[in-house]
Amino acid sequence: MSQSLEHVGVNEPNGGSTKTPLILKVVRFREFAILFALIVVFVATSLKNTSFASTASVQGLLAGPAVIILIAIGETLVIITRNVDLTVGSVLGLSAYLVGDLYVHYPHTPVIIALLFGVVVGSACGVVTGAIVAYARVPSLAVTLGLLYMIRGIDAVIVNAVQINSNNLPGGFINVGANNFLGIPILMWIAIVVVAVVGYFMRNFRAAREMYAIGSNPEAALLAGIPIQRRIFSAFVVSGALAGLAGALWLAEFATVGSTAGTGYELDAVAAAVVGGVAIFGGSGTVLGAALGALFLNTINQALVAAGVSSFWDLAVAGLLLVLAIAFDRYLIVRSERVLRVEGRQRGRH
Amino acid sequence: MEDIKDAEIGEPLIDLEPRGGLVKLVRWESGLVIVLIACIVCGTLTFKYFFTPETFFFSGLDIGEIAMMALPMTFIIITGEIDLSVASILGLSASTLGYLFLHGWNIWPAMIVCLLVGALAGAFNGFLITRLGLPSIAVTIGTLSLYRGIASIILGTNTAVGFPQWTLKLSLPIGRSEIAYDFAIFVVMSIVFAVVLHLTSFGRSLYAIGLQKETAFFSGIRVNRIKFRLYVLSGLVCAFAGILYTYQEASANNSTGLGLELNVVAIALLGGVSIFGGRGTIVGVVLAACILAVLTTWLTDIDVSGEVQNIIVGGLLLLSVLVPNARDGFGRIRAAVHRRASESS
Amino acid sequence: MNDKSQNHLTGDAVSEEDGERMADASQSTSSLKPLIVLEHATKVFGAVRALNDVTIELFQGEAHALLGENGAGKSTLVKILAGVYQPDGGSIYLDGTRVHLSSPAAARDAGISVIYQEPTLFPDLTVAENIFMGRQILKSGRRVNRSEMVKRADEVFEQLGVNIEASRVARGLSVADQQIVEIAKSISFNAKVIVMDEPTAALTEVEVERLFAVVKTLKSQGAAILYVSHRLHEVFEICQRVTILRDGAFVKTSAIEDTDIDDVIRSMVGRDVVAMTSAGNDTSGENVLEVERLTREGVFTDISFNVKAGEIVALAGLVGAGRTEVARGIFGIDRVDAGSVKVNGKILKNASPVAAMNAGVGFVPEDRRQQGLVMEMAIDRNVALASLRSLSRFGFIRKASERKMAYDWSTRLSLKYGRLSNTAMTLSGGNQQKVVLAKWLSRRPQLLIIDEPTRGIDIGTKSEVHRLLVELVNQGVAVLMISSELPEVLQISDRVLVLCEGRLIDEFSRADANETAIMRAATGFSRQKQS
Repeated sequence: MSQSLEHVGVNEPNGGSTKTPLILKVVRFREFAILFALIVVFVATSLKNTSFASTASVQGLLAGPAVIILIAIGETLVIITRNVDLTVGSVLGLSAYLVGDLYVHYPHTPVIIALLFGVVVGSACGVVTGAIVAYARVPSLAVTLGLLYMIRGIDAVIVNAVQINSNNLPGGFINVGANNFLGIPILMWIAIVVVAVVGYFMRNFRAAREMYAIGSNPEAALLAGIPIQRRIFSAFVVSGALAGLAGALWLAEFATVGSTAGTGYELDAVAAAVVGGVAIFGGSGTVLGAALGALFLNTINQALVAAGVSSFWDLAVAGLLLVLAIAFDRYLIVRSERVLRVEGRQRGRH
Repeated sequence: MEDIKDAEIGEPLIDLEPRGGLVKLVRWESGLVIVLIACIVCGTLTFKYFFTPETFFFSGLDIGEIAMMALPMTFIIITGEIDLSVASILGLSASTLGYLFLHGWNIWPAMIVCLLVGALAGAFNGFLITRLGLPSIAVTIGTLSLYRGIASIILGTNTAVGFPQWTLKLSLPIGRSEIAYDFAIFVVMSIVFAVVLHLTSFGRSLYAIGLQKETAFFSGIRVNRIKFRLYVLSGLVCAFAGILYTYQEASANNSTGLGLELNVVAIALLGGVSIFGGRGTIVGVVLAACILAVLTTWLTDIDVSGEVQNIIVGGLLLLSVLVPNARDGFGRIRAAVHRRASESS
Repeated sequence: MNDKSQNHLTGDAVSEEDGERMADASQSTSSLKPLIVLEHATKVFGAVRALNDVTIELFQGEAHALLGENGAGKSTLVKILAGVYQPDGGSIYLDGTRVHLSSPAAARDAGISVIYQEPTLFPDLTVAENIFMGRQILKSGRRVNRSEMVKRADEVFEQLGVNIEASRVARGLSVADQQIVEIAKSISFNAKVIVMDEPTAALTEVEVERLFAVVKTLKSQGAAILYVSHRLHEVFEICQRVTILRDGAFVKTSAIEDTDIDDVIRSMVGRDVVAMTSAGNDTSGENVLEVERLTREGVFTDISFNVKAGEIVALAGLVGAGRTEVARGIFGIDRVDAGSVKVNGKILKNASPVAAMNAGVGFVPEDRRQQGLVMEMAIDRNVALASLRSLSRFGFIRKASERKMAYDWSTRLSLKYGRLSNTAMTLSGGNQQKVVLAKWLSRRPQLLIIDEPTRGIDIGTKSEVHRLLVELVNQGVAVLMISSELPEVLQISDRVLVLCEGRLIDEFSRADANETAIMRAATGFSRQKQS
């Protein structure tokens, strides 16, 4: 099968090994797919129940997932490096309480300081987690599981000391959780800003690209001389910081906190990321996708309620969506591998 | 196929201390025994009546269902997978039981249906993981929600109560001993699981799969079929645990067992089961369950809150993964030093 | 063939100067000093001398072939250049200065780059990012300068004369393209020495031509290329000089015009023709294995052969010929797409190792550490691993029987071990292989497939294994042996089947078989064809 080079070369469009195969183009636009699904769900539900599309309802749809969006973003960074952070829920709870406690002792704290304080609390937890996973080289599932217990325990101990409710919180702070700016809830604005900032970072900064490399091919990352430990450590610190911020906002939103704040949120964060296209074994996915995943899952929940489906279907639907998302991702990979093998077969060996 | 990266003639063996299977296991279990004795001693020191049958009884009651679920979880982790949907299957089974009971079913056929539901749930997990090849950690997070959701759908906000009198006996001691039925069931189960794991060919194949899946496959071990069956087994046991849990609580609602999955994994890891697969014993898991039961009983007795207890459990879990890794880390460093020394140019 | 006035890819005419430059570079290099010299290199692993006083020089602008049979020492030499191994004796000179390549990073910094058979790219990142990972081009504030990286990558690709979209993601690239990306990586490193290991193993004709054009460009830019390959006709097309190793020792280096394929083969094989020991295997038995038109698309095609009871049939061929794949297909590790396998007349179920085992087939795999043994399991448990069912009653393993099996077979095979409860990791290579053999022989198979029976094993154990195989067939077992060691093949096999590129090229009986003939067939020249 000898071919004259002038007629068929590896550069030809249909010879195509050098252009991105169509199937991978689909994968790259996962974000659009979710957005599309989101719109479909919204429209369909609004048709059934017009109040779903009311301003108040939409604002609720935007404010509701803001906290989960934040922790999903942090979780995304960790997952990209082929790890998992199960502490985020506990860190959120701890941070929520400590911020409230701050207000109890210093009622005139400016809102910004309170939020920053939450970030600091979360980062401290992230530093501990990151140090153990990255430098002691312990599997992140086990470590973050143990830390989940510990942090929740510490949180519960502290919480029992003082009860915090809206009396303790200044109006300014509560407004962050309740008000809108230009029609969009402030909570959502914060989430948008964080998505934009972190998203920009992930796309453009060297440290972030190296995180992707670590998850994509750890051996090659080692060979390429990437500072793997440092990057993994940073991922956990960011995850902690965002969980801390989420905790502060959670407090602003609910204006009261007990010892169960944030329980189970870690699994929500992972689910949002996976639905949003973040591969569970790392190396690919975007924070925008994770944010949209969180938004989508939350919207589905609310849509079910608005459409008159009992809220008991929430969990089942969410679980099913996650399974479908994983199965679909796997299907894409298997399919693209098969496409390659077929191409190889067609070219044949001489 | 040979790759120039592969070893050629006489590539040196790894220089680590051979971690013989039996030797390493004994070390971990001995450690656990020591910790258990330490807990009992502490308990006895603070309370004269600690080491009594009553304590034994209540501790046994506490272990109950979580420890039961840790048994098939151990098998699954040994093969290198995980099942995070266990508590949801427990809840699903409890909901099913409640629902059927509320609709006038006789308790015995109802229990059988529950077991079937559990097996089905496990089979679905197994299908996704072995047939579709999906990663077990991600998939079982999904089925965790799915099954809990189905449990909610089935039972709604109802709480089922009024189960037959004899079911209440399960929380009571057998005859004149201080052993709860619950605990006795767990003991029997752990003996069965231990026997299967350590004495049967099935158990042996689990270790082979966990250590080197490829070699196991090359030796004629049906890796996928075995993993599938493990997930079905897990579903069955969790469903059974759900039934027992319901009887113990004397009620069923849609949040039965919420959040327990991490406890189950924690017991397995504490028991010396390596998250990487290929290592672990039932003895270790039983010891870990006992330690937790005794520890929490003691801590409750000295008025340590449940929350602080969590801190301690979390800390123990952390230690249980850090310690072996520290040892491996030293081994790796030692090996690297040896290698460098023997290759100096 | 070596058309110097036309760019192979675009068909454009090349300017006179370019043409001359290329011609110069590919001709005499003797007037220049060598770019890199590996002098008197020796490398010992335990009792085995992988390399023994080997010297090789590479000049700028030349493609230098490194030839030798499997096990001749090529990969050890490459690993020394790559900084993976440090030589036990000898030294390396780069541009006249002595260097120590203490690690792969050091080798890379010294300008040496190795393109392995399996490229290690980051599938989720773009081609440009892959090329520059670890040394990204940065904008202000440690931000990655995408456009600049794409631009530079495009420049490199243009330099090489290839057309790959630098901003596309690496997942989905063909092996050929991945290789080009690896080469681009090397260039962006300013690699001066580029080692290519079996670069054309997975390429189509068209891609091979493209690669050759790239190699020519590299040469014209002054790089030195070490071309490790078994494809002799390619070597003669693209290389200027050739160095041949045999059994870890240097045989010769010569200019390509001073030698030819037969001469090269003779040097590679070189020892006195090994006389076939008249083992007198009784090969009159029935067909145990009948393979008919077995095909696995893209891997091997239309393989048909038989193995009778009492005979040893060897599958010979070069790396990548598909021998192991055929064995895996027969045993059921891999699914086959067409054809059939019959054992004792009954058709074997596709893709089922269990079915093969039940039919009496045993398989000693090529990679004993990853596929043959569970390294962290005890010796006796490894021996028992394929016999779990027969050793169990009602599912319970009879430990006494297990221990006895392990003990009996260890004695029979003269296994040297500390305790049977020690892990397989504690054994030497030869003894590890004995454990794998024990595992399968204890099943009393009727057909034993054994892949590279004595790779990485000391001489003493080698002959033990050979004796064992002969004993086996004398008891009526059929043996299908894959081996890259021709002396071994000639010594004990009754027939030799030679594969090349996934096809059965030739079959030799005892009478016809000799090393040269087999090697010729392995490089694609069947006896019917003209050379």
